[in-house]
Amino acid sequence: MNLVSTLSTVFSSALLFAAPLIFTALGGTFSERSGIVNVGLEGIMTIGAFSAIAFNLTFADTFQSATPWIAMLFAGIVGIVFALFHAVATVNLRANHIVSGTVLNLMAPALAIFLTKMMFDGKGQTAIINFNFAKVDIPFLSSIPVVGEILFKRTSLLAYIAIIVAIISWVVLYKTKFGLRLRSVGEHPLAADTLGINVYKMRYAGVLLSGFLGAIGGAVMAQSITLNFAHSTISGQGFMALAAMIFGKWNPLGAMGAAIFFGFAQSLSVIGNYIPFIQDVPSIYLKVAPYALTIIVLVGFIGKSEAPAADGETYIKAK
Amino acid sequence: MKKRSLIGLLALGVGVSMTLVACGGNKDKDSSKDKGGSDSKYAAAIVTDVGGVDDKSFNQSAWEGLQEWGKENDLERGKGGFDYFQSNTDADYMNNLNNAVKQGYTTVFGVGYKLTDAISEVAGQRQDTNFVIIDSVVEDRDNVASVLFKDQEASFLAGIAAAKTSESKKIGFVGGMEGEVIGRFEAGFLAGVKAVDPSIKVDVVYAEAFDAPEKGQQIAAAMYNNGVDVIFHASGATGNGVFSEAKDIMKNDPSKKVWVIGVDRDQEEEGKYDGGNVTLTSTLKGVGATVKDIANRSKDGKFPGGEVISYGLKEEAIDLTEGNLTEDVQKAVDEYREKIISGDIEVPDKP
Repeated sequence: MNLVSTLSTVFSSALLFAAPLIFTALGGTFSERSGIVNVGLEGIMTIGAFSAIAFNLTFADTFQSATPWIAMLFAGIVGIVFALFHAVATVNLRANHIVSGTVLNLMAPALAIFLTKMMFDGKGQTAIINFNFAKVDIPFLSSIPVVGEILFKRTSLLAYIAIIVAIISWVVLYKTKFGLRLRSVGEHPLAADTLGINVYKMRYAGVLLSGFLGAIGGAVMAQSITLNFAHSTISGQGFMALAAMIFGKWNPLGAMGAAIFFGFAQSLSVIGNYIPFIQDVPSIYLKVAPYALTIIVLVGFIGKSEAPAADGETYIKAK
Repeated sequence: MKKRSLIGLLALGVGVSMTLVACGGNKDKDSSKDKGGSDSKYAAAIVTDVGGVDDKSFNQSAWEGLQEWGKENDLERGKGGFDYFQSNTDADYMNNLNNAVKQGYTTVFGVGYKLTDAISEVAGQRQDTNFVIIDSVVEDRDNVASVLFKDQEASFLAGIAAAKTSESKKIGFVGGMEGEVIGRFEAGFLAGVKAVDPSIKVDVVYAEAFDAPEKGQQIAAAMYNNGVDVIFHASGATGNGVFSEAKDIMKNDPSKKVWVIGVDRDQEEEGKYDGGNVTLTSTLKGVGATVKDIANRSKDGKFPGGEVISYGLKEEAIDLTEGNLTEDVQKAVDEYREKIISGDIEVPDKP
């Protein structure tokens, strides 16, 4: 294997792994920036994965190759509905955020498997979808010599879309009125309220956005990697996204970077077997590498990661 | 504040689960007398591992075997007949085993090596019930029969098929978790490849997970990119990623020819894509047949307690599907199958 194709494999594998994490971590960022802790990302992803696959299988004949895209948006909408539970519980009913998020995590797999059994003749996992997000060559960019070969040939288009969404999210959070308001209710809801910002509304917006993006993350995972829905389709990615969000200091670009970093560490440990020099390292070290690298980077380079000041606190509006 | 509540939550979780386990244990002892061994003389149940009863793999196969057995013996599903207990987490094994005993099942199957410790413990407390552990060995218990499969024999045939099919003379093996069970697959596969052409290089990579398709896909991408054209995966759901990658490659460039060999059941469906199929063949593990066999023995009062039984090609408990093998390859596979059955070839079970 030559250097270019090795690098190309490293990058495409890293992006493939990172794409679902980026979407979900961005969702988490919106929620926590508004002051609502969302540990329910795993559950939201599960629901997203399930609804995307169910939609994909049901409407494959109608939409043909556009199916996965429409299924992904559909999953996002279902995710909004699912996240509504969390929003109502935490914003209006003043429930503990962690408990409510855990409820989502407990409820989602059970609900999804139950619905799978209802919809697909009592089977505990669905059939395999025909229309999926395959690795593609990105138009124009892939014809750039060397760089195009490494970065844009046979790679995950969704990861690039995720990166664009991350940039948009950053602009929204830091350069728009909506973003400023969203962040202000997460830092100091009382102050924001006295200035006439509707705290509840902003927090709803944050949580529902996390439902939308988190479910899209699940849909991407299911439709590009597992290609069916089973109880193990989402196994820990939601928590990894949560970690990426904290690792990225509650900043969309940071969260994106962290997710790509996770994917990178993971793909290096797999592909290391084929890279000269690295392949002489005993494989156990390669397997440990992603975790060790994460700790080293976290401690050595990132420094203290601070949550929004009012993250996790319920705001009770004075009468 | 956040960190504190997370730790609190964790502590709560551990606490609750431990209390539940403890409760489960105590209650069982009290109620076993009035419920145990209720009406039927023979009733059998399986306890699944976390794969669930419709995992399209060995849990499902075990359940189908048990259903067949029930039908043949005119039994109903439920108490006094046959049933399954699904485990959703590793913590469910003990409870499910105890529940099965409480409800009067006289033969209880634990499907999968993950139940080894749970079976060993419950069998010690429930001397009157027959237990069967599938894919593992429980020692020093007279009421436990251990069932092993000679996976190495089917894997050997897979190795023959791979070596005969590969054009690049590079072959890959993706394992779930390194250990005795998957080691059998690896050993048999390597031996099979070697029997055809010792110069072929086999890449062996373990994903260290049975439920990480994203890792499976990364490994497969690296292998295929490195010139490998046939991958045998023995890695459960992780293998889904291997199939995804192979299908991706074929869709992008139909002139390439890459294959995946499935495991434990016919994985033809996983390999399907517009314009073809990447599943070369699959090794089969007939857990159902063994469940039926042992349930029958138990019914006849000949339960092989304390024994370790190995099922292989000879007993027709394992095999290799025809899949997309060419005629020549199929012929070679058949020849080696005969040799293994007749004992001419002894397949190693350790890599």
